[in-house]
Amino acid sequence: MGLFQKHQALERHSLLLTVGILLVVAVGGIVEIAPLFYLENTIEKVKGMRPYTPLELTGRNIYIREGCYTCHSQMVRPLRDEVERYGHYSLAAESMYDHPFQWGSKRTGPDLARLGGKYSDEWHVDHLRDPRSVVPESVMPPYAFLSDNIVHFEDIGDHLKTLRFEGVPYSDEMIENAKADLVAQADPNADYDDQDALVARYEAAAGRKGTVIVGDYDGDPSRVTEMDALVAYLQMTGTLVDFSTYEADDLSNRR
Amino acid sequence: MSTVTKPRSSVSGSIASVATLVAIACLGALLIAANAVDPLMEAHAWVFFFLTAFALVAIGIWAGGLQGRNPFDETYYEDTIVKFGVAAAMFWGIAGFLVGLIIALQLTWPGLFYFPDLGWTNFGRLRPLHTSAVIFAFGGNVLIATSFYVVQRTSRTRIAGGLWPWFVFWGYNLFIVIAGTGYLMGVTQSREYAEPEWYADLWLTIVWVAYLLVFLGTLWKRKEPHIYVANWFYLSFIVTIAMLHIVNNLAVPVNLSGSKSYSLFAGVQDALTQWWYGHNAVGFFLTTGFLAIMYYFIPKRAQRPVYSYRLSIVHFWSLIFIYIWAGPHHLHYTALPQWAQTLGMTFSIMLWMPSWGGMINGVMTLSGAWDKLRTDPVVRMMVVSLAFYGMSTFEGPLMSVRAVNALSHYTEWGIAHVHSGSLGWVGFISFGALYCLTQWLWKRPALYSKNLVEWHFWLATIGIVFYIVALYFAGIIEGLMWRAYNEYGFLEYSFIETVEAKHINYMIRALGGGMYLMGAIVMAYNLVRTALGHGAAAGVVEPAPMTAAKLQPAE
Amino acid sequence: MSDKHTEIDAHSGVETTGHTWDGIKELNNPLPRWWLIVWYISIAWAFIYMVLMPAIPALPGFGGTNTPGVLGLSDRTLVAEKVVAMNAERSVASQRLMAASLTEIQNDLNLQQFAMAMGESAFGDNCATCHGAGGRGAKGYPMLADDIWLWSGTLDGIEQTLRHGIRHEGDDATRFSAMPAFGRDKLLTSSEIDDLVQHVLSFSDRDTDASAAAQGSTIFAVQCASCHGVNAKGDRNIGAPDLTDAEWIFGGEPADITASISNARNAHMPAWQDRLDDPTIKALALYVHSLGGGE
Ligand code: HEC
Ligand code: HEC
Ligand code: HEC
Ligand code: HEM
Ligand code: HEM
Ligand SMILES: [Ca+2]
Ligand SMILES: [Ca+2]
Ligand SMILES: [Cu+2]
Repeated sequence: MGLFQKHQALERHSLLLTVGILLVVAVGGIVEIAPLFYLENTIEKVKGMRPYTPLELTGRNIYIREGCYTCHSQMVRPLRDEVERYGHYSLAAESMYDHPFQWGSKRTGPDLARLGGKYSDEWHVDHLRDPRSVVPESVMPPYAFLSDNIVHFEDIGDHLKTLRFEGVPYSDEMIENAKADLVAQADPNADYDDQDALVARYEAAAGRKGTVIVGDYDGDPSRVTEMDALVAYLQMTGTLVDFSTYEADDLSNRR
Repeated sequence: MSTVTKPRSSVSGSIASVATLVAIACLGALLIAANAVDPLMEAHAWVFFFLTAFALVAIGIWAGGLQGRNPFDETYYEDTIVKFGVAAAMFWGIAGFLVGLIIALQLTWPGLFYFPDLGWTNFGRLRPLHTSAVIFAFGGNVLIATSFYVVQRTSRTRIAGGLWPWFVFWGYNLFIVIAGTGYLMGVTQSREYAEPEWYADLWLTIVWVAYLLVFLGTLWKRKEPHIYVANWFYLSFIVTIAMLHIVNNLAVPVNLSGSKSYSLFAGVQDALTQWWYGHNAVGFFLTTGFLAIMYYFIPKRAQRPVYSYRLSIVHFWSLIFIYIWAGPHHLHYTALPQWAQTLGMTFSIMLWMPSWGGMINGVMTLSGAWDKLRTDPVVRMMVVSLAFYGMSTFEGPLMSVRAVNALSHYTEWGIAHVHSGSLGWVGFISFGALYCLTQWLWKRPALYSKNLVEWHFWLATIGIVFYIVALYFAGIIEGLMWRAYNEYGFLEYSFIETVEAKHINYMIRALGGGMYLMGAIVMAYNLVRTALGHGAAAGVVEPAPMTAAKLQPAE
Repeated sequence: MSDKHTEIDAHSGVETTGHTWDGIKELNNPLPRWWLIVWYISIAWAFIYMVLMPAIPALPGFGGTNTPGVLGLSDRTLVAEKVVAMNAERSVASQRLMAASLTEIQNDLNLQQFAMAMGESAFGDNCATCHGAGGRGAKGYPMLADDIWLWSGTLDGIEQTLRHGIRHEGDDATRFSAMPAFGRDKLLTSSEIDDLVQHVLSFSDRDTDASAAAQGSTIFAVQCASCHGVNAKGDRNIGAPDLTDAEWIFGGEPADITASISNARNAHMPAWQDRLDDPTIKALALYVHSLGGGE
């Protein structure tokens, strides 16, 4: 009874009530979120992670813009059926440069975390243009317009800069060459030096070969379309981490 | 707690300060429009500019026409704004349900409801439009309207802040317009229930702080010694949403005159921040806010005292304390460290009874007036909403159990859960409040047609049943198919077979959604006729003067 | 409650708290007992669970980790164990599968069923996206459920295709050939291509403009026969399709054929050896072999 009497103080002072509420609702978030920034075992130690190339980043932004995350997860859970269907379960390290994360919450379509390299570029283009032409049972929307939209990338360097400010390790070189890198990755006939420079820059960041793919993604090498960018992004999802060197049993990777 | 009416200067003060803020926003928008680095930002800046400019002109004309009259007469309640809120809620509600129906049809008959030439009508853009329209536009306007109504009545004072409540209402709806048009144009941060970009987020922050101050200011000058329990809930809703909104939307824009920003956090930290927000958008927007509605409208309509004051206290504080912890149940089995998942799960379980506290208090309030369930469909609607609330807050903790979530996560089960909570609980309690408000604000002796309320009730109830039963089946079937193994231990079904298997369930869901939408249209018709004073609503009930209730001495 | 203004509610006989807001009063009922008990149980259960499982994060500077839980369970360890167990369960049959020849498998019903189950399962999520459910094909992706083979219809040949893919970059053993893009690269004029189309159509006895087809036939002999063969029956060594049957990978309408000749499709199929393990690939080859006319 005494406690209920004391409660009257809160009922009679709106500011006291406000402060009380604020204190009570602040606790849970602080206890749960803050440790993720300082606990050592939050993000696994892996080889191969690198920042997105400018073209992949552009593609990722299109993925976000079109709301692909409303149907597709990018998070393979450590469950037997999922690792069988999709591949190795996703690590926290794999999204460490993802501002914002794209784990998703609904699988109307399949998980895309390990999609990279699974299909051909043409298939992606065919499928994105008209999903039911290749998968008749699909309920996915058509995205043919992506092939008509030229990518505007004048300010791509600013995007990299913003991300660097937030902690993504883009080097000065990457920022300076962002525009050239973007074009070089989508055009197989581009200046070979440009391509080599792009590949070298990002492979050095990954510490590993074979993680940067150059290609004519949309079948039209003459221009860089949103289709190029989106397919470039899809083709690299989940391919960075070198799982041959990943030690799942290492104590620092067990959580 | 003085009862003196405010001096004149503060009246013009609130008008001047609102006008100044709007003028600053208007100029800022013009500046951005002129320098916009992308067409999306340009379009939005112009929308912002024209609407705020229009608002300035409107304020000017209105203030000029006052001629010394005090528009904020302390001896009257501010009811016009609540009427606007009712209309806005009804409008956005129907729009949001309609978009829901469209996306349901897209998943059912993709060949018919996708338009290759109209990429902006694709599912990925309409789905956030649907969720924001129903939660923030419909739900938000219901919350703002009812909170303004309730806080005035239960504090026995006019709403504080002069013109500021109007700023809150229009500012909030401007935010909705920016958010909704943004989704269609492809402006999104992809954070579920927080998709609007940084500039819309900033605007909402300003509006929300104003909302908090208006609400607190009204409590501050209340003439009742105690703050009524509904207002505790409203206050926790406003305060916590402010906290959640600000933290979850921390982002760095690429360019101050561009629409794109990058979320400050990445990966696993970003995910937990988002679901700390996302879960508590459910907890504080869709739960405490609507519990506040319940605490006023059910006792008021049923004319019975609230069941238990002590239960109110215990379930209020435990609910808001525990809710915040439950966010990680959206990230079970993900790359989020397992310790956080454990906390999310255990706190969800502990949340069950505090949630049911609200249901018990609401339902038991009816004891002594059970006959109203039969005679007053509005009361019935509100009680059924509590039943759905009880159901989804039982189901929620169940789904938070990791082993269950392993099956339910990513499937239609989640969608069924969402819609039993939102169609049943949020929708029905809102409808109840809107029926009450329309009748009371327009001072009608009754609603235009009780029969139409019955129609609404049954259309919506059967609609919900179709919707959720179909999707529970779809979700469980799909979840089981994903993990089914054949006799040799290999996966039995391919993903696409699970898509095919849901087709009929999708059809039933669309039918249910269509019925729910029909019900809402019937309601809108009924409300309009009620406001116009047709049928049984003919005649005006004399308003009881605001000072009628005796001021209670403070102990 | 010591409040002086309390009254007794007539219906329930319970005291009110003595306040009224806009006519609303509150009863002073106690907390429902069952409610309290269930709540306590759920709290007790939650705390036990927190002791058993990883739950409490360390404060900054205190070890950098979290309580591991008394049971010491971890999702990642559990799934690893399950995968090991799963592989162990399959290993006997898998090894037999790897060792067996086509005829051996065909004669061993158990092994065959095992292989079919494995192959069908892998096909659904990896191959059907392109080749359609049951290998029915789609425009641009050949049907596998027939006896028409581009590269090879033998078990080993199919396995080779799966392992290394077709025109798959980064795999030296990939199946490779490149039809020239006769139109895009201006090797032929568009009227020559139109004539060729008529000629190609005539192989499968379709209505054609006879004179154009005749013109096309001379071009065909020069430009195309080297790959598709003089009688257009195709060449499996370079994956050049038979043009005389009614089956078309990229469509049999004149416009489709024009596109094929102008742009040369040179389609890609990914290599699967890095994604799927050896028994799965063999099982897939068997499954594909069984779909239509395996050789
Ligand atoms: C309405 C829901 C929906 C939306 C939105 C959607 N998809 Fe899909 N997606 C599906 C479904 C269903 C499938 C499975 C059937 C199929 O392959 O088309 C699928 C399959 C895919 C696949 C093949 C995955 C695999 O492993 O087989 C890719 C790649 C893909 N989608 C990419 C995208 C991208 C990129 C976007 C956004 C631009 C997108 N999807 C938007 C529903 C959707
Ligand atoms: C990205 C799309 C794609 C996927 C996925 C794919 N294929 Fe293919 N496949 C093709 C294309 C395109 C061809 C035809 C290449 C050509 O024109 O030479 C082909 C050809 C083949 C052939 C050769 C047929 C012949 O007549 O010689 C076989 C066998 C085959 N695929 C089996 C499979 C199997 C089994 C899988 C799954 C493990 C698979 N494919 C996955 C695209 C795909
Ligand atoms: C260097 C070898 C080569 C030459 C020369 C060549 N082709 Fe082809 N052709 C191929 C291959 C290989 C394919 C299969 C492409 C694929 O599967 O992606 C093909 C495919 C086709 C197709 C599509 C068949 C279908 O099922 O859809 C047509 C039509 C065709 N060729 C016609 C011609 C004509 C006409 C010429 C001469 C002007 C020609 N080809 C010259 C190798 C060649
Ligand atoms: C006519 C009524 C409605 C229909 C037909 C409808 C339909 C839909 C559909 C088709 C989806 C997408 C599901 C998916 O991705 O698979 C959805 C999602 C959603 N709807 Fe509705 N809806 C309706 C009413 C409402 C109402 C009234 C609310 C809330 C007040 C609501 C809240 C939501 C939410 C929160 C989601 C997202 C769920 C998630 O992310 O898990 N809906 N709705
Ligand atoms: C005790 C109360 C509740 C608990 C513990 C709870 C628990 C959960 C859980 C575990 C999920 C995650 C499903 C998944 O993705 O695997 C979920 C999703 C959801 N719940 Fe609840 N729920 C509760 C009450 C409610 C109520 C009353 C509503 C609606 C008014 C609601 C609305 C939602 C929404 C909108 C989502 C979807 C989030 C998304 O993925 O986009 N919940 N809930
Ligand atoms: Ca291109
Ligand atoms: Ca936002
Ligand atoms: Cu939740």
